[in-house]
Amino acid sequence: MPTFVRTDKCDGCKGQDKTACMYICPHDLMKLDKDGCETGHAMRAFNQEPEQCWECYSCVKICPQQAIECRAYADIVPMGGSVQPLRGTDSIVWTIKFRNGNLKRFKFPIRTTAEGSIDPYADKAAADLSKIGNSGYFTTNFEPQKSGDPSKLIRK
Amino acid sequence: MAEFGNPEVIEEEVDILLIGGGMGACGAAYELGPWLEAAKAQGHDISVKLVDKAAMDRSGAVAQGLSSINTYLGESDPADYARMVSNDLMGITRDDLVYDLGRHVDDSVHLFEEWGLPIWKRPGDEGKSLKDGGQPVRSGKWQIMINGESYKWIVAEAAKKALGMDRIQERVFIVKLINDKNDPTRIAGAVGFSTRDHKLFIYKFKACLLVAGGCANIFRPRSVGEGTGRAWYPVWNAGSTYAMAAEAGAELTMMESRFVPVRFKDGYGPVGAWFLLFKAKATNAFGEVYMDTNKELLNDYPPYGQAAVPASCLHNHLMMKEMHEGRGPIYMDTPTALANLAETMTSKEIRQMEAEAWEDFLDMCIGQAGVWAGENIEPEKQPSELMPTEPYLLGSHSGCCGIWVSGPDDVGAPDAWNWGYRSMTTIKGLFTAADGVGASGHKFSSGSHAEGRLAAKAMVKYVMDNKDVAPELDTTVDELVEDIYRPVRTYLEHKDYTTAIDVNPHYITPRMLQFRLQKIMDEYCAGVATMYQTNENMLKVCEEKLGMLKEDALKMRAKDLHELLRAWENYHRVLTAEAHMKHIQFREETRYPGFYYRMDKNFVDEENWKCFVNSTYDKKTQTWNVFKVEHVDIVDKSKLFK
Ligand SMILES: Cc1cc2nc3c(=O)[nH]c(=O)nc-3n(C[C@H](O)[C@H](O)[C@H](O)COP(=O)(O)OP(=O)(O)OC[C@H]3O[C@@H](n4cnc5c(N)ncnc54)[C@H](O)[C@@H]3O)c2cc1C
Ligand code: SF4
Ligand code: SF4
Repeated sequence: MPTFVRTDKCDGCKGQDKTACMYICPHDLMKLDKDGCETGHAMRAFNQEPEQCWECYSCVKICPQQAIECRAYADIVPMGGSVQPLRGTDSIVWTIKFRNGNLKRFKFPIRTTAEGSIDPYADKAAADLSKIGNSGYFTTNFEPQKSGDPSKLIRK
Repeated sequence: MAEFGNPEVIEEEVDILLIGGGMGACGAAYELGPWLEAAKAQGHDISVKLVDKAAMDRSGAVAQGLSSINTYLGESDPADYARMVSNDLMGITRDDLVYDLGRHVDDSVHLFEEWGLPIWKRPGDEGKSLKDGGQPVRSGKWQIMINGESYKWIVAEAAKKALGMDRIQERVFIVKLINDKNDPTRIAGAVGFSTRDHKLFIYKFKACLLVAGGCANIFRPRSVGEGTGRAWYPVWNAGSTYAMAAEAGAELTMMESRFVPVRFKDGYGPVGAWFLLFKAKATNAFGEVYMDTNKELLNDYPPYGQAAVPASCLHNHLMMKEMHEGRGPIYMDTPTALANLAETMTSKEIRQMEAEAWEDFLDMCIGQAGVWAGENIEPEKQPSELMPTEPYLLGSHSGCCGIWVSGPDDVGAPDAWNWGYRSMTTIKGLFTAADGVGASGHKFSSGSHAEGRLAAKAMVKYVMDNKDVAPELDTTVDELVEDIYRPVRTYLEHKDYTTAIDVNPHYITPRMLQFRLQKIMDEYCAGVATMYQTNENMLKVCEEKLGMLKEDALKMRAKDLHELLRAWENYHRVLTAEAHMKHIQFREETRYPGFYYRMDKNFVDEENWKCFVNSTYDKKTQTWNVFKVEHVDIVDKSKLFK
């Protein structure tokens, strides 16, 4: 299901240095056509290798203009369906349109904390260098999280 | 001014380099923080850098999210976990590594929940965290359900904050590791390039964590048009971990292990929730449950066939009999499963179930939802086809290829299995985790994070113990630049020889090289073309063809930075494929029936092959040395078998 970019919605991320879709694609597929020499549409993004798209939807979810959609792989899927998300700060809403016109809508939570609010070491103990050779992490008091039943280790 | 073909060269020296930004790297980044602080307090300032070829928020296998965390022990003992993993991987795993992971992994899951990952709880325990004894909803003995759309985003946020963005560089693809000039068994550096600017980076370091994931796209996928991108495994993980480790001289292990998941056909959507949560059955075209009707086939593979839960590959084996004998298509019988559930459920509960079934796709394999939408599939009315995919190589899921590493010294493992630093490879200073660690599958997302943390701590210790070692690169900067930018130069030099940019006798496009690799592997090394079958003679042909492919890989062109990325990804794929082929060739048995068949040795041979197969690569002679390593149990396995 390669992504495509709608000419009527993409604004090239307002000419910023890096566009949101280029920033996020794990496979380096999204590309901004600055002068239109590659697509005929200047300052619009496009998927430069549609047959390498994993349909991970990372670009779809991040585009501030909702300009990116997916069209199911033409060599696999009959035409007419679509799957489109709208990702908010704490939930995501999916609209699934079937080839026969049926619609389904789902909403799922995505996180329980505000984006950007993680404080990784809050309330955590400091690391103790004298215990760096131990098993276990600084968060588990330098011991394995689970001690395990020693009688089950048959060579010990 | 830097321009295409003439990059700016940036040399940087750090103590620790992390290569990759996936689950393993995020775990390492998190664990490093306080240890670096502690070292600093003692006057030892340890510098760190993390490089990822993509953006950490969505890089790696968890880009789309996941709908379950597959390794959370809860009440279970780590020994039971080690036993399960061993059985699923046909008896040959490193109990020490698996056990160690099992006793650590839950802490990472507790952190994920604290950071904001929604984890499903059993009725009555809503709002109670796992750490405080909240009971998770389990879809299996080891798996717990999550709302995981933002899983990677959350884990990356913690990692980025832990390390600080000034120590992270995204969109840098690492091409090669560099050994130490004075000690070839030590690692000293790495070289890579930016996929955004004309910059080439040369890092010098004491220690490095190589966690660049597993490998997709070395076999021809079932769809070859636009659908090429729809592999089960993320197409961007290109075997960098295995190829770079091999070239650096690190010992690999179990590179014959592969994973051939059976998934919903074409979309490759997950089946776990359907099997485990909804209790659906897989059938042949006539509605017969092949796991029952073909049960006697399990007796061909003692003792593993006799386990209460047969190994994943044996599930495939029973299914493939149906396909071979013409009783396909194979289906997931969703209508019966949903009807059975409906008998005891209210219509509201059923609607909830339906949403959960869709969420399973939408959280981790959206493409499958697209297939169902396009084909008007209503799971309550019609069953859906299942299909085994093309093979993938990975070390953290239901496969266990990877690198041979040093394990813990307190669980009774043979002395030869640990040489001082947890997760260090046989090359000094080179560490790995997650998909990189061989002979210990079933770590999954949580275990990969947990293992990255174990490696991080060991690296800090290593760096402190090796304060006075000054790394020196065994290759000059000029040679490195020459090497990395060769595809660009090849292109610039020859592009005007023909009128068609892609057809030129002086170079091969990375895309065509990939097609050639996939064709060779598919047809000779047990891909889908031969229904996963090969033999000694086919492997010999495979070896010869791969040899020529490896030579031609040096003639790849790159017309822009994007294609330079593709060129080096494919170089990594070729080496990974070669390792896979070499190991299958060496192991004269069929250890993983259902994943691949050596038709000339179509049996499990416990007497001669209950052992690890390890290998090293000599980059000067470009040859492999493959050998046996003794297998030892540190957990009793007899309980598994009837
Ligand atoms: C389809 C699928 C479904 C899964 N489902 C589940 C599940 O339901 N539950 C569960 O718990 N686990 C699941 N897993 C397993 C889990 O995703 C992995 O175990 C885990 O992501 C492995 O971590 P890693 O760090 O080894 O690799 P990854 O997380 O894949 O990270 C690899 C990283 O390396 C980077 N990289 C690659 N090459 C280079 C290079 N040359 N230079 C620089 N950077 C590079 C990538 O950009 C990425 O950041 C699933 C995996 C897959 C593939
Ligand atoms: S993120 Fe959206 S608006 Fe920005 S360049 Fe990409 S498609 Fe256009
Ligand atoms: S769907 Fe994923 S792989 Fe495809 S272009 Fe978007 S981000 Fe890239």
